Amino acid sequence: MTATKTPTERPPAQRVVRRAGDRLFAGSAKGSGIFILVVLAGVAAFLIGEAIPALTAPAEDVPGGEGLSGYIAPLVLGTLLGAVLALLVATPLAVGIALFVTYYAPRRIAAGLGYAIDLLAAIPSVVYGFWGLAVLAPALVPFHVWAADHLGWLPLFAGPASTSGRTMLTVGLVLAVMILPIISAIAREVFSQAPALHREAALALGATRWEMIKMAVLPYGKSGVIAGAMLGLGRALGETMAVAIVLSGGAGATLNLISSSNPSTIASNIALRFPEATGLGINTLIASGLVLFVITLAVNMLARWIVNRRADFSGAN
Amino acid sequence: MSTSTQSPTRVAEEPGGAIRRNRRLPRYAPLGLYVAGIALGAVLSALTGFSIALTAVYGAVLGTLAVYTGARAVEGRRKATDRLVTALVTTAFAIAMVPLVSLVYTVLDKGLARFDAQFFTNSMFRVVGEGGGAYHAVLGTVVITAVTAVISVPIGLLTAIYLVEYGTGRLKKAITFFVDVMTGIPSIVAGLFAFALFTLLFGNDVRLGLMGSAALAVLMIPVVVRSCEEVLKLVPNELREASYALGVPKWRTIVKVVLPTAVAGLGTGITLAVARVIGETAPLLITVGLVTGTNLNPFDGRMATLPVFAYYQLTQPGTDTQAFLDRAWTAALVLIILVMVLNVVARLISRFFAPKTGR
Amino acid sequence: MAKRIEVSDLNIYYGDFLAVEGVNVSIEPRSITALIGPSGCGKSTFLRSLNRMHEVIPGARVEGKVVMDGQDLYGADTDPVDVRRHIGMVFQRPNPFPTMSIYDNVIAGNRLNGKKMKKAESDDVVERALRGANLWNEVKDRLDRPGSGLSGGQQQRLCIARAIAVGPDVLLMDEPCSALDPISTLAIEDLMTELKDRFTIVIVTHNMQQAARVSESTGFFNLNGVGQPGRLIEFNPTEKIFSNPDQKATEDYISGRFG
Ligand SMILES: Nc1ncnc2c1ncn2[C@@H]1O[C@H](COP(=O)(O)OP(=O)(O)OP(=O)(O)O)[C@@H](O)[C@H]1O
Ligand SMILES: [Mg+2]
Repeated sequence: MTATKTPTERPPAQRVVRRAGDRLFAGSAKGSGIFILVVLAGVAAFLIGEAIPALTAPAEDVPGGEGLSGYIAPLVLGTLLGAVLALLVATPLAVGIALFVTYYAPRRIAAGLGYAIDLLAAIPSVVYGFWGLAVLAPALVPFHVWAADHLGWLPLFAGPASTSGRTMLTVGLVLAVMILPIISAIAREVFSQAPALHREAALALGATRWEMIKMAVLPYGKSGVIAGAMLGLGRALGETMAVAIVLSGGAGATLNLISSSNPSTIASNIALRFPEATGLGINTLIASGLVLFVITLAVNMLARWIVNRRADFSGAN
Repeated sequence: MSTSTQSPTRVAEEPGGAIRRNRRLPRYAPLGLYVAGIALGAVLSALTGFSIALTAVYGAVLGTLAVYTGARAVEGRRKATDRLVTALVTTAFAIAMVPLVSLVYTVLDKGLARFDAQFFTNSMFRVVGEGGGAYHAVLGTVVITAVTAVISVPIGLLTAIYLVEYGTGRLKKAITFFVDVMTGIPSIVAGLFAFALFTLLFGNDVRLGLMGSAALAVLMIPVVVRSCEEVLKLVPNELREASYALGVPKWRTIVKVVLPTAVAGLGTGITLAVARVIGETAPLLITVGLVTGTNLNPFDGRMATLPVFAYYQLTQPGTDTQAFLDRAWTAALVLIILVMVLNVVARLISRFFAPKTGR
Repeated sequence: MAKRIEVSDLNIYYGDFLAVEGVNVSIEPRSITALIGPSGCGKSTFLRSLNRMHEVIPGARVEGKVVMDGQDLYGADTDPVDVRRHIGMVFQRPNPFPTMSIYDNVIAGNRLNGKKMKKAESDDVVERALRGANLWNEVKDRLDRPGSGLSGGQQQRLCIARAIAVGPDVLLMDEPCSALDPISTLAIEDLMTELKDRFTIVIVTHNMQQAARVSESTGFFNLNGVGQPGRLIEFNPTEKIFSNPDQKATEDYISGRFG
């Protein structure tokens, strides 16, 4: 009856009796969470482990004969080129789409239109590859010719124009379509959360719809759009199949977007070479995958950081 | 935003007193101007060989210009800018619809050629030219996706439960953060991971359906966690407390009150997560490979899957090229149908399993 | 059945924040005890610490002793889940389980605990609980309809039925009528008066008339200022509290010269 403990001992909440069922269930839930961390650590560890042979091999044994960095550098360039191009095209479009769906489209159909955009995200990337190869690439050939003729003074459009359209330019546009729904989904969300009070205040001052958006919506949604763009960038950097199918890559580093010799991207290069690779070739490809992993990780962490910082202020939850 | 502070003042500058009668463009003027723009665009594009695409582009540009100048003259600069932005924003949406429509049309157009019974009943075993089908690949995709779901759903759901019901402090923060990070892992990297893991266990030449599932699970788990977490957070705390107050242990409360209340959302989220991985190609390409015959055992050797099947039919056609291309497009069509069906199922789940309030 | 609860030197914390300090009180069986006091003084907190619902909140803990008929509720070998089976609780807002029918809601306490029951037996439990909560006549024809389809007052009585179906000794009610109209409030007050023959009832209320109407004893909680812990200022028979309280603060609060 009388407690043998002095009142100053452990507070009672810490000597809670826990049932076996509770302990088991809580344990497995926690275990699953820890398992995920282990998997992620495993991803990094296994990639590093399999990449080490390529890191330590003599330069002439690495495919291409110019050492690991000589092999990966053009791939990194190609990866960045395609992804940045996609980002530059997709971001303004996505902002426009998000504004259209949230503030311009008639209320009744806005949700349906948003759903149509979301469908873009549901289409498997291999199908985008098919479409890029069969439709977009040939359709862009005239533009390639035109750009080579009129914009040739820019290194980006130095030409000669590809006759198949399977260029970095086409890849960038396919990637832009693929990341459009990602960016616009986030932009839509932040735009629709812009405080109604500010929006109504702007309208009450006699602002036009665009002025209202400029005053009350865009400033509020800016960081959300940036974060969405970063997530889209992450996706574009890692996109494999669409690039592997559309791009005729494999040439060295070049900024030329419209010629038939393009640098490959890390991901598509792995997809194309891996099935036939052996020995050190595999290690080299895995090393390049590790580089991709690090790049996307950095981009995604940055994006999450922006999103989370914003969440702290938005007062959601 | 320098302009944003100006707008109100500009409003105030306008003559005060009685409300001015709005000078506005006639209601149908913008529509008329656009029609005129398109007509002119058709003429322009006819100069270089008529094309619908060019007509649309010219029409949009000319129409927008006409509306802008018209509005500028009649309604003033601010209204004109407003109309210009409206046009731009609408155009952005229209541009986004172009690839969607074009893609769906193309896949239907090219995919229907082989969308027949043979495609779904035959494998590619000993087929070198016409005929054959993706029976083996469709089933392979179903098997591998099912195994992926069997791995991912319990782990993902339990993790979500941990985050919402149990998690505290640093571990919770770490898991949340790294799950977010995990959603960004490129699919090819997930494939490399599975490859590296299984090579370590079974030697260099191993190719298994299970490897593919492991790779896909890396992609699916974070999606399951995120969506389940969102849904579980929506379950009102009052219900948990009501259950605790009846002397129900926490784990039974979660299993019998929280999960049933959230079942619609969980089902929707998990279905969408399946839809997300069912079309993944890259990781399967390097872990599962492709075979021509039917192998439904994920623990034994290479398997055929629909996306990889489509890819190889397209990129490595045999002598009878058209037959290979037809099969490739049909496979793409089937893939899209699968994804769409899953999306529709997800919506139906959320409609039919939502708790009935009766009020 | 109904049991006495003795509370001694109870301090209740949310993390490091001391919300309620130094409560000593003895709650009589087969009677209704009302707790009154200004908002934020810790009535709900105290009530929830009586059946160990308090510690459900992360970081929340208590010091001191709560003894029910000789058993230390916070003893080292006491299972909080068991405590809650003996001390039921009804919340401010009616919270029937939305996925369950009326029938399933009432039997939830047994079902959720995995108790196997014959149909006849559970039918019997449901009917007795619903009759006990004065709800039987209103819902007996639609036991299989969702519980959330009832009116607010009916839902609250459903929650009471759900609580008594478990067969507790004590019923804690946290402002059970504050979300209800006057008619439903009267129905629940009548119900409480009936139930007190079988249960020890503790009720938190902001309604002085309600406390005066239904309770035998009343405790007045107060706090000195924001961030200060709440204290039980006075605990006396209801008649005395409302006619001739010992403390000046109690008198001020009751006569409305306060907060
Ligand atoms: N979950 C919680 N976490 C931290 N502090 C809390 C929590 N719940 C209540 N408190 C604090 O504990 C103190 C007492 O709160 P409590 O809800 O018990 O007051 P109350 O007397 O029931 O008020 P009311 O009459 O408004 O219901 C308050 O200062 C409150 O801010
Ligand atoms: Mg309260």
